[in-house]
Amino acid sequence: MKATGVRLMLQIALLVVALPASGHAQERMAAARAGGLEAKLEYCKTCHGLSGQGYLGYFPMPRLAGQQPEYIEAQLKAFIERRRTNPIMANVAHALSPPMTAALANHFRHLDPPPFGGAPRGSTSLGRKIYEEGLPESNVPACSACHGADGHGQNEIPRLAGQLYPYMVGQLTGWSKVRGQGTAVDTSAIMAPTAHNLTRSQIEAVAAYVSYLH
Amino acid sequence: MKRIGLEIAVLASFAVALSTLSGWAGESAAVRNCTWCHGIGAQGYTVAPRLAGQRPAYIMSQIRSFHDHTRDNPFSIQYMWGAVASLGPYTARDLANYFASIPPRPANDGNGALATRGRTIYMEGIPEANIVSCYACHGPNAEGIRDIPRLGGLAYFYIKARLEQWGQGYHSTPGSPMPLVATHLGTEEVEALASYLSFVR
Repeated sequence: MKATGVRLMLQIALLVVALPASGHAQERMAAARAGGLEAKLEYCKTCHGLSGQGYLGYFPMPRLAGQQPEYIEAQLKAFIERRRTNPIMANVAHALSPPMTAALANHFRHLDPPPFGGAPRGSTSLGRKIYEEGLPESNVPACSACHGADGHGQNEIPRLAGQLYPYMVGQLTGWSKVRGQGTAVDTSAIMAPTAHNLTRSQIEAVAAYVSYLH
Repeated sequence: MKRIGLEIAVLASFAVALSTLSGWAGESAAVRNCTWCHGIGAQGYTVAPRLAGQRPAYIMSQIRSFHDHTRDNPFSIQYMWGAVASLGPYTARDLANYFASIPPRPANDGNGALATRGRTIYMEGIPEANIVSCYACHGPNAEGIRDIPRLGGLAYFYIKARLEQWGQGYHSTPGSPMPLVATHLGTEEVEALASYLSFVR
């Protein structure tokens, strides 16, 4: 008890000494640490949408609401290890401790805002057919086999329901340029042949279909 | 005498009709009303930001926010609320497209010594301080997209003032994440960002 008291006083004294001398950025980092999970959630939601529904910046920022925690954690790890190329997210992921990552992923799993919307409606019936039946002639399995009939995913297999249309199109058209980089083989290899076998218009159809799923 | 008076009256009504016509045809009167404050070639002047090269959807969204009184900082209330009060949506669109088509010239008025620091914050944010990357929304050259504004080349004092105002509780476009972004920025980061952006072309 006494030892913790002394340590606390020392820490406070250190803070008092350090704050005015160390400049603004250090203050901001101390404030961020003090803000804990709530502050970090606000940080995530600045880009990923105020209710985690996704956001369209210069790049499409994917929906995190309802996402599988295992998938979020696996992707953050892939950003750090540069298996998935994304300079912004590599920096973001570097600053997250494993317990913080777990807490964030658990928070997003329970959010359920309506889909972001905005996808073209013209090809959603073709998208549904591809999603539920695949394209046997092109070696494309049914998406629902792994991602679930409702598109909610499971474990490390991501939720697709309500995902942003431009994000889905970008990921599926650029799969092998962004994911599975370096020498280590990861789960992204499972999707690589399927993404490759889909044509651009088939990708757009399936992306539009899943973007409207709840 | 009476006849001369009549002639003057006819001439005057002609002149009015002509100026109205030319105003409609070339929009020069509407453009002049903007550039009076926003500078020659709409390149910005003191507190009035550059409109040249700005994203047309952003210019329109801001005209709307002045019109609806949602953008409510002091200069907006003082100048822009009145300036857009009688601006119709079609004129607003034409003005936005016109100004967007003018090549922007960077202000180059920031502190050069802070520019490198500003660029790092712009590209990467400061994840440890919960400061997000500006690049994710405003693009690699701060060129903006859709209704997300171009920031590249805007005047140092304009960017600094806007970033400070969000922190002070002033509003802009509803649903914008910028108030959240700005609350995490300190003076050091604001000055570095405003310096860097003033040099971006």
